[in-house]
Amino acid sequence: MITVNGENRELEKPVTVTEYVQQCNYVPAQVVVELNEEIIKREIWGETLLKDGDVVEILQFMGGGSR
Amino acid sequence: MSTEMKNTEDKLILGGHEFTSRFILGSGKFSLELVKACIEEAGAQIVTLALRRANQGGLANILDYVPKDVTLLPNTSGARNAEEAVRIARLSRELGCGDFVKIEVIHDSKYLLPDNYETIKATEILAKEGFVVMPYMYPDLNAARDLVNAGAACVMPLGSPIGSNKGICTKEFIQILIDEIDLPIIVDAGIGRPSQACEAMEMGAAAVMANTAIATAGDVRVMAEAFKKAIEAGRSAYLSGMGRTLERGASASSPLTGFLHD
Repeated sequence: MITVNGENRELEKPVTVTEYVQQCNYVPAQVVVELNEEIIKREIWGETLLKDGDVVEILQFMGGGSR
Repeated sequence: MSTEMKNTEDKLILGGHEFTSRFILGSGKFSLELVKACIEEAGAQIVTLALRRANQGGLANILDYVPKDVTLLPNTSGARNAEEAVRIARLSRELGCGDFVKIEVIHDSKYLLPDNYETIKATEILAKEGFVVMPYMYPDLNAARDLVNAGAACVMPLGSPIGSNKGICTKEFIQILIDEIDLPIIVDAGIGRPSQACEAMEMGAAAVMANTAIATAGDVRVMAEAFKKAIEAGRSAYLSGMGRTLERGASASSPLTGFLHD
């Protein structure tokens, strides 16, 4: 099980970040991925495997600021 | 200065990048379609964005609505200290928005006042990493000097609390920054009317940032354009130099007539 954006998610099998982003229907160019508090560069998404206990943040830009 | 000369020579320079618009638009409180229309009506070349969790894939994204020639200015909204601001800045840059970052470090949820000290710390770290740092701050000359030394590209003092539309309550202290700090001073937060944006520019501010004043207006597009015109008017007036103020008495604009009486 991994944690994605604060929620627990079951992984059927280990997946790469690329595969996970695709499965969730994100546009790769519009998100940034942080794995266990480290930024994972897009170039190595394909070789980064998500495993049990990982804490993932998938972030995007939105309108807004402090309010 | 002729209009043409003014347009080509009077540029806002931030981190080596040149802009002809002195209106920075905040993107909060707009629908996606409206944010695009407002950027166009405002003539804005810089738009702020927030970084948040992408909780669902397949939805429309603001990046598809911001014109490609507009500079993206991610802010560190949500950060309560320098460390969080630095983390958000690095994540934003990795998303591929360029090197600009607006530092917002706020841990007071009632007034949303920025923490100058944490802002200075974040500025120093991020400037060393090559970011063009635009720090949002409470107008304090000492803090502004520390931001200059920390490598900020400009200083963004607040006019009044974020979202309040109360205007330039900190006018005297912003004027001090304009007079003493050798960086662009960009008035941000609390500007509620075009006249207040014009006032900031007349004072010598390098640019104005506004969001709520436009987003909460009756006709959002019309207000965006009104702000654009007001900022241009204020800048022209500043470049021209204001006429003098008479403290006492009056000065007729034509000579008193001689033919009516001696």
